[in-house]
Amino acid sequence: MRKIYNTISEISGNVISVYAEGIKYGEMAEITSAHGKSLAEVIRLERDKVSLQVFAGGRGISTGDEVRFSSSPMKVSFSDDLMGRIFDGKGYPRDNGPRLSENLIEIGGPSVNPAKRIIPRNMIRTGIPMIDLFNTLVESQKLPIFSISGEPYNELLARIAMQAEVDLIILGGCGLKYDDYLFFKDTLEAGGSLSRSILFVHTAADPVVECLMVPDISLAVAEKFALKGKRILVLITDMTNFSDAMKEIAITMEQVPSNRGYPGDLYSQLAARYEKAVDFEGAGSITILAVTTMPGDDVTHPIPDNTGYITEGQFYLRHGRIEPFGSLSRLKQLVNAKTRDDHRALMDGMIKIYASYKETLEKRSMGFKMSAWDEKLLHYGVLFEDELMNLSVNIPLEKALDKGWEILAECFTPEETGFRTELLNRFWPKKEAS
Amino acid sequence: MTVKGKVVGVYGNMISVEFDGNVQMNEVAYLVLGDKKLKSEVIRIRGKQAEMQIFEISKGIGIGNPVEFSAGLLSSTVGPGLLGQIYDGLQNPLPQLAEQCGFFLERGVYLDPLPGDKKWVFTPHAQPGDRLTRGEVLGSVPEGIFTHKIMVPFNLYASYTVKKIAPTGNYTIHDIIAELEDQQGNAVSVTMSFNWPVKRAVDAYAERLKPVDPLVTQIRIIDTLFPVCRGGTYCIPGPFGSGKTVLQQLISRYADIDIVIIAACGERAGEVVETLREFPGLPDPRTGRTLMERTIIICNTSSMPVAAREASVYTAVTLGEYYRQMGLNVLLLADSTSRWAQAMREMSGRLEEIPGEEAFPAYLESVIAAFYERSGIVRNKDGSIGSITIGGTISPAGGNFEEPVTQATLKVVGAFHGLSRERSDARRYPAIHPLESWSKYNGIVDRKKVKFARDVLFRSDEVAQMMKVVGEEGTSLDDFIAYLKGEFFDAVFLQQNAFDPVDASTPRERQHYVFEKLLQILVAVLEMSDKDDARSFFNQMRQKFLDWNGTEMNTDEFRSIETELMNMLRSREVEKLERIYNSQEQSGEGDAKNIQHHQRDIR
Repeated sequence: MRKIYNTISEISGNVISVYAEGIKYGEMAEITSAHGKSLAEVIRLERDKVSLQVFAGGRGISTGDEVRFSSSPMKVSFSDDLMGRIFDGKGYPRDNGPRLSENLIEIGGPSVNPAKRIIPRNMIRTGIPMIDLFNTLVESQKLPIFSISGEPYNELLARIAMQAEVDLIILGGCGLKYDDYLFFKDTLEAGGSLSRSILFVHTAADPVVECLMVPDISLAVAEKFALKGKRILVLITDMTNFSDAMKEIAITMEQVPSNRGYPGDLYSQLAARYEKAVDFEGAGSITILAVTTMPGDDVTHPIPDNTGYITEGQFYLRHGRIEPFGSLSRLKQLVNAKTRDDHRALMDGMIKIYASYKETLEKRSMGFKMSAWDEKLLHYGVLFEDELMNLSVNIPLEKALDKGWEILAECFTPEETGFRTELLNRFWPKKEAS
Repeated sequence: MTVKGKVVGVYGNMISVEFDGNVQMNEVAYLVLGDKKLKSEVIRIRGKQAEMQIFEISKGIGIGNPVEFSAGLLSSTVGPGLLGQIYDGLQNPLPQLAEQCGFFLERGVYLDPLPGDKKWVFTPHAQPGDRLTRGEVLGSVPEGIFTHKIMVPFNLYASYTVKKIAPTGNYTIHDIIAELEDQQGNAVSVTMSFNWPVKRAVDAYAERLKPVDPLVTQIRIIDTLFPVCRGGTYCIPGPFGSGKTVLQQLISRYADIDIVIIAACGERAGEVVETLREFPGLPDPRTGRTLMERTIIICNTSSMPVAAREASVYTAVTLGEYYRQMGLNVLLLADSTSRWAQAMREMSGRLEEIPGEEAFPAYLESVIAAFYERSGIVRNKDGSIGSITIGGTISPAGGNFEEPVTQATLKVVGAFHGLSRERSDARRYPAIHPLESWSKYNGIVDRKKVKFARDVLFRSDEVAQMMKVVGEEGTSLDDFIAYLKGEFFDAVFLQQNAFDPVDASTPRERQHYVFEKLLQILVAVLEMSDKDDARSFFNQMRQKFLDWNGTEMNTDEFRSIETELMNMLRSREVEKLERIYNSQEQSGEGDAKNIQHHQRDIR
């Protein structure tokens, strides 16, 4: 039975109130105004007063507009037909394809029983040496990419979307610039990866409430595919927009803000999304990579700070490169022992020498004289940055490891590198003439 | 007759209920939603309307849904069979839940916390005719490696005469094992299990004692510098990525304790999974059985309903108090108390209470204090001594310790192990800051010696700060040696390699022994030609010492490395100044400085 009401008693920001009966918490409604139809979700019940957040926003809604309750919570269609399609934050097509309405599933479902979780065991290859070699991405891991506005984080995500060895990519765009949306679409199309991708994109021009739905809708679909045995990589950009949308609604609802205006449950809200990352025993897995742009490049800002407590490490994207210092994949130890014997040693060793290179750079900038060792380091630093740190490099892990040894051999003698003799014997490039 | 009500408001995980009759504060009620009943707790009463926090996702609840009040407070079930269990915050056994519901946590499914069909071998200790009060022993059953005492339930407040007691035999927790009678002649039947409200401290002991015995965690920086006592409290605040959880995991493995209760409160599920999957395979160094047999895990991870997160730490401490009544030593690890405080903040916001600092409720401090005060060492009515030690991690926003939860906790704990980002970035683990942390307890090493060792660190830090300004060239050799000594102390003693089978845990005797040797090095006046000489000397010493840390104690190798170390020291030592920390007189500030002055005088 559908209930229809014609009197809206309060409109404040994106939240409206209606006097209605028999409404359930979390139920969806449709509002028909002079400017078209919009979805709305029930976010508070007080006796017969029902508060709803209107997806299209409160602007232009009249007190006499029609509110039609659907008696069901937010749902999205789930089937293989989703593959290769692009939707908006409500789950409506954005690509002129047909609207899907079969097999509806609820979004924002319950959490996975911790007793059913398993220790992560598989790496995800991305072809990016800074990830594969130095901070391996692990199936079921949740990692943020901490960055700042202006950095090429969307390019990085697109690259990962094309190169990552998974069955399915789900891209959730929160508050994307329209250009960025087109960039993703064109890049994936040109790279031939669109057919194994599903895009849920909310652009900056769309109503802010829809932004809140993007992570939930993406993860609900991911969960269903994972249960069917698919290995899924969920890419979200940008969680800062999502958090800001949450702040906006919280303030409209007159919630007491906790830290810089963000609601007190920011941590729980973010965790509810990130914790969807899981490896189902006997089925597939969900891995989450989410961009978080740090306002003012400040990692102690509530959004990156709370995120850091939830996720299993982080990538810092600065100056167009994944920073080797500070970036950390906390789960890499679980997988990099069984890739190749030199993986762990090379991962630590090369970064140590790169750290010395940075010190040398500092010395040079202060006008100190460069020793022969410093010159070697400078040579190494340039090679390392060009051939391994460069994000456009796309080589498998084994090639990257070989490349690492080549760079070392070009710059140093074996003893200078500080590796164990046994490794040097096995992996140091042999036919170095000079 | 049960009190009934109906829903008149829903806001997030808070529901408002109109009721008829009387309800108690913190009473448990069930919201009937179709064929499911959702557990909730009364958190405010105004007239005929109660505000309740619901321990489940509130989606789908509507105005008018019926609510049934249970007349009981939120309780834990105690009895044999708790050890080795994995519960959620409301004491639902998660593995059994998974068997029933599969991958996801379905709402409204509540299972019995204790296995009801398992038979326990009961041996009576009390005789018919004995007069007993709450907490006194009726009999016992073996539970794993422990003798699990079956006591007069703590919620029976009168004095009872034993009328009948079951003979030795096999019983389930539901079988009646004793008939008691109070002074008015009312009969009470007792089984092996009962319920206790989680938010009330168990007080069925004879008296509470002062914590004095150190709790050996086998982590050197804790045991030697910042010790924890049995029955005491400590906290570990630290920014993300500084190794809080790893430190708690290490303590849970190596601490010299009978029972460990891990309350994973609002943190990552992945971390609990490591404990969950690894503990059943890890041997307990003390008993040879698996660690799981002495562990209870209360697991309410970040994505599970927030209200149950608030309950989870109370459930954990209640189970701990129950085992303390048997004369066992319990360690409760709460990770993280900030998430618990945030759960309170969320609810306070929904109740529209006037917020305190950073929107935390005004009662935050008293609630935190009351929680930590449930620790303690007690003498039970049968003379046995039991304890609960509480260690809580804190996740301060932005890594800044000046926030309400850290500050409220520091007021009530006995030891503070502050983790620092700089130390963890420099891979100096455990990342407990040696200059900022403190402990009020007595450790395994004489306080004077500890003070001397810390002075060495302070002095070293002073020199390091100075060197940043004047450079190595501008630092005197004596200052430089003082700096190297501090760095050496840090590298070989304060840092510990969790992945090395030997170094990961250092028993009490070894810490004593090694610390004595270390002091000899720190106190020595050394002959060095220049800074490079000093640096290379300490590098060699460090390498040797680290090798020493990696060898089993009392082996030939251990002794031979020790001899080498001491010979290296003797070759450079000009004078011993052990009197500095052995002297009877009150040693003042700057002991480490004294050595330097000596060093200069000698030259």
